[in-house]
Amino acid sequence: MYRPRWSHVLSYSVLLAGALVFVYPFLWMVAASFKPEAEIPSFGLVPSRPSLESYRIVFDRVPIGRSFLNSLLVALSVTASVLVFGSMVGYGLSRLSFKARGLLFGVLLFTMMVPFQLTLIPTYVLMVKFRWVDTYLALIVPGTVSAFGIFLFRQFFMSIPQDLIDAARIDGCGELSILFRIIWPLSKPAMVTVGILTFMASWNDVLWPMVVIREPKLMTMPQAVALFAVGGRAELLGPKLAAAVLLALPIISAYIFFQRHFVESMARTGLKG
Amino acid sequence: MRRGTVGYLLCLPYIVHFLVFMAYPLGFSLVLVFHKWDIVSPMKWVGLANFIRLASDSLFFRALYNTFIFLAIHIPLQIAVALFFAELLNRKLRLIGLFRAAYFVPVVVSGVVVTILWQQLYADTGVLNKLLAKLGLGRVPWLTSPSWAMPSIAIMATWKNVGLYIVMFLAGLQGIPRELYEAAELDGASKFQQFFHITLPMLNPVVVLVLVLSTIGGFSLFIEPYIMTGGGPLNSTLSAVLYIYKQAFYFYRMGYAATLGFVFALIIFLVVALQRRFVEREVYV
Repeated sequence: MYRPRWSHVLSYSVLLAGALVFVYPFLWMVAASFKPEAEIPSFGLVPSRPSLESYRIVFDRVPIGRSFLNSLLVALSVTASVLVFGSMVGYGLSRLSFKARGLLFGVLLFTMMVPFQLTLIPTYVLMVKFRWVDTYLALIVPGTVSAFGIFLFRQFFMSIPQDLIDAARIDGCGELSILFRIIWPLSKPAMVTVGILTFMASWNDVLWPMVVIREPKLMTMPQAVALFAVGGRAELLGPKLAAAVLLALPIISAYIFFQRHFVESMARTGLKG
Repeated sequence: MRRGTVGYLLCLPYIVHFLVFMAYPLGFSLVLVFHKWDIVSPMKWVGLANFIRLASDSLFFRALYNTFIFLAIHIPLQIAVALFFAELLNRKLRLIGLFRAAYFVPVVVSGVVVTILWQQLYADTGVLNKLLAKLGLGRVPWLTSPSWAMPSIAIMATWKNVGLYIVMFLAGLQGIPRELYEAAELDGASKFQQFFHITLPMLNPVVVLVLVLSTIGGFSLFIEPYIMTGGGPLNSTLSAVLYIYKQAFYFYRMGYAATLGFVFALIIFLVVALQRRFVEREVYV
């Protein structure tokens, strides 16, 4: 028979309190976005008269639909290209031998350590020279290759048995078809990790869009919501929270479906060394 | 085609990307730091003027000081809270996955969302002050007092990131061999001694990781002060990146902004190197 132990009861109480601390504010935020303005500072989760007024104001003042599509376009293009290019380079660096391979890998490790503060302004200047400011190109192209993505693919590909690759070569497979037909299907964990990390970083990034985009039609969702939140409209608490809910919604839905993959992928960011 | 050639071809995307988006900006930053430039008119060579200006720029030192205040609160809090929950989650209990998932929610959500949310929690008549009032405590001027504003942002950042570090510490804890504790138990070591002489030393790699990632995070603060305080009150939340951003895009001083970026990057290198030098230990298993 199961007998509750006091230490267990205590552990669960603390764990539950912790869960409340991390999750309750989000529930409160969702509830507050449906509350009338005067009720927002209260703790409760149930609005006395739920209304969509806050959302109406957001849709009225912020091109939220357009910014959602912009973010989606940018995050999907960046993720797809990081997966394709990352696995190509990762394959080259792990499975093909050529003279500069060691040097390239060294360069890769070095670039992973360069703080972005150093390259931020010069990269902006580059965008100005390319005339890419206020275009999708500025949002997408600098993100198409990720050193960290390449690194993760390389590490993962090292663990694939050489026999498989040799067999494919004997059958006359080219290196690209080995990569896409044999390696890719075996690399789901690496694809999921790189995919989630890249998509999340791109979807949540706000500094770079604030640097290269001024035109409201091209703003990404975090940028549009951030600018709405600072825009000197301090009275509009409800609409600000509603905008935040809309911004959180896509990534939280993805998180609910792929929860375990999110946690494991993010935890892996630490295992670089 | 020879396999070596194929290797170069496969790596071509990286080589091109590296040359355009890493090598060129790195080289160009070395040009920018010696120039005065507003992007519109031609660049003007100023020698070391940007560095001399920086050496007497009180706002640069203010941003640096603010970052250290942030780190001084954020890092210990982060490590303590993450270790505490990781220890709890490491006991063989049910529903661990669910709790872990709950603590992780703020990690996946955009900093913009978290900042807007906490701006309301921190409001003078907001939820947190109401809670304090119920407990019989006074109001805290979370974002309106210069001495509270940066600590408030540090607390918020801890709340946002700690889920990730809980998971990392948990993985670290699960990697510690049980025999170590059993042997210590036999030798009569208390739980307290076990924690300080086995758990903490064995978790050294994770601690170093948390230190380094939090430090980089502190120097990368941008959207939090941008939305919450605009760097105020009295520049008390002006962060490194926010200051670079302001110099570049409010005043169009590209040369000076690049110089700030250059110096902040050096400081990050230095701080991380010092942390590794003094905290990192070999772990013997």
